[in-house]
Parts: sequence; structure tokens; C-alpha cells
Amino acid sequence: MAGTIKGLATYQLEEIGCQIILGNTYHLALRPTSELIDELGGLHKFMNWPRALLTDSGGFQMSPVDGKPMLLTPEESIQIQNRIGADIIMALDDVVKTTITGPRIEEAMYRTLRWIDRCIAAHKRPHDQNLFGIVQGGLDPVLRDICVRGLVDRNLPGYAIGGLAGGEDKDSFWRVVAQCTATLPEDKPRYVMGVGYPLDIVVCSALGADMYDCVYPTRTARFGTALVPEGVLKLKHRAMAEDTRPIDPTCACMVCKNYTRAYIHSLVTKDAMGSQLLSFHNLYYMMQLSKNLHSSIVQGKFPEFVCNFLQKMFPKGDIPEWVCNAMEVAEIDISSCCAPFRYIQATKVQSNLNEDEIQAV
Amino acid sequence: MKFVVKAWSNGGARAGILHLGTSTIDTPSLLLSTRKGLPHFISPDLLSCLPAPESRLLHVSPLHFLEGLSMKTISKIGGLHQLLGLHDHCFVAVPRDSIQCLPEANSTNKIGASFETPCGRLLIKPVEYMEMISSTRPELWATLADEVPAWVSDKRNKTSVDRTIKWLDECISISPASGAVFGAIVGGSSLEERRRCAQEVATRNVSGYWVGGLGLGESMDERPALLNAVIEALPEEKPRLICGLGLPEEILQGIAAGVDIFESTYIYHLTLGGFALTFPLDRTQINASNLVPSDVGSDPRKINLRATVFRKDTTSIVEGCTCYTCRNHTRAYINHLLNVHEMLAQILLEML
Repeated sequence: MAGTIKGLATYQLEEIGCQIILGNTYHLALRPTSELIDELGGLHKFMNWPRALLTDSGGFQMSPVDGKPMLLTPEESIQIQNRIGADIIMALDDVVKTTITGPRIEEAMYRTLRWIDRCIAAHKRPHDQNLFGIVQGGLDPVLRDICVRGLVDRNLPGYAIGGLAGGEDKDSFWRVVAQCTATLPEDKPRYVMGVGYPLDIVVCSALGADMYDCVYPTRTARFGTALVPEGVLKLKHRAMAEDTRPIDPTCACMVCKNYTRAYIHSLVTKDAMGSQLLSFHNLYYMMQLSKNLHSSIVQGKFPEFVCNFLQKMFPKGDIPEWVCNAMEVAEIDISSCCAPFRYIQATKVQSNLNEDEIQAV
Repeated sequence: MKFVVKAWSNGGARAGILHLGTSTIDTPSLLLSTRKGLPHFISPDLLSCLPAPESRLLHVSPLHFLEGLSMKTISKIGGLHQLLGLHDHCFVAVPRDSIQCLPEANSTNKIGASFETPCGRLLIKPVEYMEMISSTRPELWATLADEVPAWVSDKRNKTSVDRTIKWLDECISISPASGAVFGAIVGGSSLEERRRCAQEVATRNVSGYWVGGLGLGESMDERPALLNAVIEALPEEKPRLICGLGLPEEILQGIAAGVDIFESTYIYHLTLGGFALTFPLDRTQINASNLVPSDVGSDPRKINLRATVFRKDTTSIVEGCTCYTCRNHTRAYINHLLNVHEMLAQILLEML
């Protein structure tokens, strides 16, 4: 965010249960500048947010707002982040799109490793700001492995899995996450950057990831879309005009407690209040999802939670293959929510049952 | 609804108490402007941060709902309180608002009043307006009027008075059981017509009066006489409502004439512009230093938070102010929000 989550006051974010907010280093460095934030006591004080903050490296968005090309070195990125004062700061990495191929991916991975040392050296506040390294390497397992080892050698407070949430297919995506979580240390947080959709978060959590960030909930709210257990609800749709139910009857947020789909429909895309209310609900929804993931794991009921989640989202049992495959690797049994045919399809991929044996199942 | 005048000043101004719904409000009182029933910027869960019960009266234009919500659906949901999830507030319904549903006098005819709205030009008949009132169920509502700007011909002006009175009678005859009716009084900038209309409406069985047709081109100089012409003909014990005024000075004019309830666009425009009001409210705070403009030539009443001078200003907007914005945020933060075009800026300013 540029010093604020779109349209929400800090008191509302606290109400929703938000514990950590991501600050957009690039935007903040442009306006009001990291020097000013530092002078006024850091970002926490500037926006009056008493909980945690995380800043990205500022390297991901390079398109200039004012026409000036910005060249960011690792030293500059860390310096800016030191001034902003977030609790977690991200190393500058060399990110490439997962959809490209060729030597550029390898170059980016090795550069990321060289840069982590420069970031560590430039970091002036290791005692109150936690520097996370970012694993790169595209979709290549060999490159990813080299990167993981290199970062783990530096013994950082936490590790991010970067370079995903671009245009790659879901099957490649989960495999990279699975590989990284399998090899990153168990006792440090794993942060999958730019993820994402609720389904992706549930899958990555099953694979062992801990932290996520995405603009999806607020961005989709501005287009009139609400997040619900079944997937999404498009409030713009004409059918909503007569629908007097709340957005999500199982949701306890102030929007679902007070407003009908019909009223929100009359606001979305026409009045800013519509975006505000939907953003509130969507963020609440995501916070609830995190809370439920956390408590179901603590209570030893995680597989039930996952099944429940998938059943609501895919009532016909048509769970995408990549989810089935990922859950298999995560050792979460979701057979109860898969339609029989699809489950057999998925397991056929993993095992070598012949046709006769499948018929018998 | 119950209204009692508590005290009189030497002139026409009076202090009163308005009992409406579950609220007891001191008058003179300012209505909060809304769009489709909710404030322009402040989200509903932050409304409780505003001082109560002063902030509990909301101005609503039923025409806003024509964009996207049928009256049948509103009725099914149960009216404004259910629709908006605001159970501690009271709604005052007036056909026009002063920002987006403006009366279009040229298109108004004997069938209905015309308004220029975001969904085009609408012609509203009395029976349609009353359907809106019975579906939305506001605590207080004004009858449909033919509001004309100050520059229309005498003939057009006279017609507007005749029509408004006719529509008032129609509205009252279709009137739902609940909700206090305020009779609309128009007359443009003609003292005679204003007086005539007021005298007619004073004979009707209404709970109060809505002085309409103002804020449509008449000057601040003309207004006191027009207001007096109207108020003189009205009974003292019933409350008077005005919409469409702007600056605090105009509100003061209205108070001096004897108006009790106001709707103004001032806050909306200030908020959009990035301004925050800073003038002292307590007489004891006024002294020579805060009335004299500073060297920069700034306005002692308000500050423009877009100004670069506030970039590093870590003070609250008004020292000692107990509102949410002043308790939690600095001038520097709001300056930043305005610069990056974040909606939070308007939310915080509107609350202030």
C-alpha cells in the first residue's frame, strides 16, 4: 500500500484482525520519500499503525510514474527500507517472468545470490528489521535448489519464494512451492510472494508455506466482486438487484451483517462506498481464511478444513487436477471431495494401476 | 416527531429540541449529507465516531435509489434502517440533493418535477414520490415541490407556487401512516410569492416546513428578506428545514431568520478540495491572533492540506480536537494521502 489500505482506516484494519500490512517501497520512496518518513519517525508512526509492517524491495515495479527510469541497487533498496522502518524487509532480487526461457533465468538466480550478500552488508538495522531472502530460479528445479542452498547458508530470519504468481500454469506453480518448502528450514517463515487466490493459499499452506501477500481482495472489490466460500460473487450482475440476502450468510463482518446484495449492487462501480464496503468484506474474508487455516492446523483438523473448503468451492467434486496432485504430495487426503472419476484420474497419474484394477475400485 | 422551542434570541433565531425516532436533537441542527443513504466518504462503521446525538440526522434523497434499486426491493428489505444497517440514525427525506439530483425547472411540468440525476433526467410524479416515501420509510419527509431558480419569469414562478401547493395536498392525501410531513414552500426570489406560498402551506396539516427553492441562484444578500417573508407567515411552534445552503455564514443567516434544521454542501466540497476546518468553535478561543490572516495570506477558518507546508507537520489538524482524525492522524499523513490520491484522505476529512 502507499501508506494506506485503499479506503480503510487503521481502526477498521485492527477490527478485521489484520496483523501485518505490506508497504509498497517504490511508491513510498516516490511520495512522500523514505527520507521524510524517516524524519517523521518511520512508517508505523506516520500512518499510526501499531502492528507489523513489511516492505518489498522496490525492485518489482519499475515502470516510472513520473517518467524517470529508476535504477535500484541492493544498497539503495536496503537504505530506503531502513528509513521506512518496517519490521520485515525484503532483499533486492532479480525477478524474471516464469513464462520466459533461456539463460536469463540462471543469470537472475545467481545475481539474486550475489545481491543477498550486498543486502546483508548494507543492512543498518538487523536488530529491529528482519531481512528476508527471496528464492528465484524460474521453474527450473535445479536452479531453485541452488538458490535455496545459497540463501539458507546466509542464515536469514525468513525466506520468500519469489518469481511466481506471474503467468505460469498452476501445475508448475505448485511444484516450485513444494520443492522450496521441502528444502527451506522448518523453523523459519516461508513467504510466497504475490499469492493470491484463496484456493492457492490453501494449497500452498498444505505444502508448508506461512505467509502471503496479494492485491487481489481489494482490487477485485473495486470491480464489484466479493469473495465467498463458493468462489466469487459478482455484485454487478443484474440478478443481484433483487437479491435481499447478505453477500455471505456465514460471514460475520459488518458488511454481511448489515447489507443486502441488492444494496451493494446499487453502489458498485457507481459509488466509491461500494468499493469500500466490498474491500472491507474481502479483507475480512481473507483474515478469516488465515485464522481458520491456523486454528485448524493447531487443532489437528487441517485435512477436514481443506475438504470442507474444497467441497464448498467445488460442490460437484470437479476439483482441478493440480490441486489434487498438490494435496497428494502434501499428504492431505481429499478423496471425499473429489468426484470419483476425477480422483481416479489423479491417482492414475501417480501410480501404475492398470485398467482392470481401476474398474474394480 | 415532537418539536419544542426552548429559547429565543432577540431576533428570529431560536434554540429548540427535536424528538425524532429514537433521537433527541438540539436545534439548530445540521443534517449529514448522504449518497444512497450512506455518507459520501465515511464508512458506516466509523459513523459511531462522530459526536452523538448531533450527527444522527441524515439527509436522504429518495431519488438516489432509482439508480439500481427498485422501490419494491427496498420495501421488501424493510425501509432505510434495514437497507443501510443504521438503526441509531434518523432519516430526513427531501426530493433533491444539492450535488447530484438537481431540480431541472425547464423540464418540470404539471405532471411532475424534473431532476437532473446521474441516471439521466427523471420526471417524478407525486404518486411516484409517495411510493418512494412509503418504501423507504424516513422519519421525516418533505413534500414534492416545483423548485425554480431565481431568474425565472414571474409567470413561471407563480406556476411553481400553485403546483407545489397542489402536489403538497396530493402527497398528504397519499401519505403513509408513519413519518412526519414537512410542507414545501417555494416562490423563487419574489417576496410576494414566497409569502403567498407560506400562508397557504401554513393552513395545511403538516408537522413542519421545508423552505425549498433556495441555493438555486439567489444571492446571499437577497436571501434574508426571502426567508423573513416565509417565516413570518409560519407558526412559531413548528420546525423549519432548509436545504442547499453552503457556507457557514449562510447557515448563520438561516438561523437568524428562524430556521431550525439545515442541509449544506459545504462539508462535501471542503472534503473534496482537501480542506480541513480549523476555526475556533468556542467563543473563548477567539483572540486577535487567530482571526488575523498570517503572512502567507491563509484563511483563518480552514487549511488546505494539499499545501506543501504541511508535508512534515506532525501536529493534528486542530489541537485538542477529539475527533477520530485528530486523535489518530497528523497533517503530514493527510497531506501524503491527498498527494497519492487515496480515498482515505476524504474519509478522514469528512469525519473531521
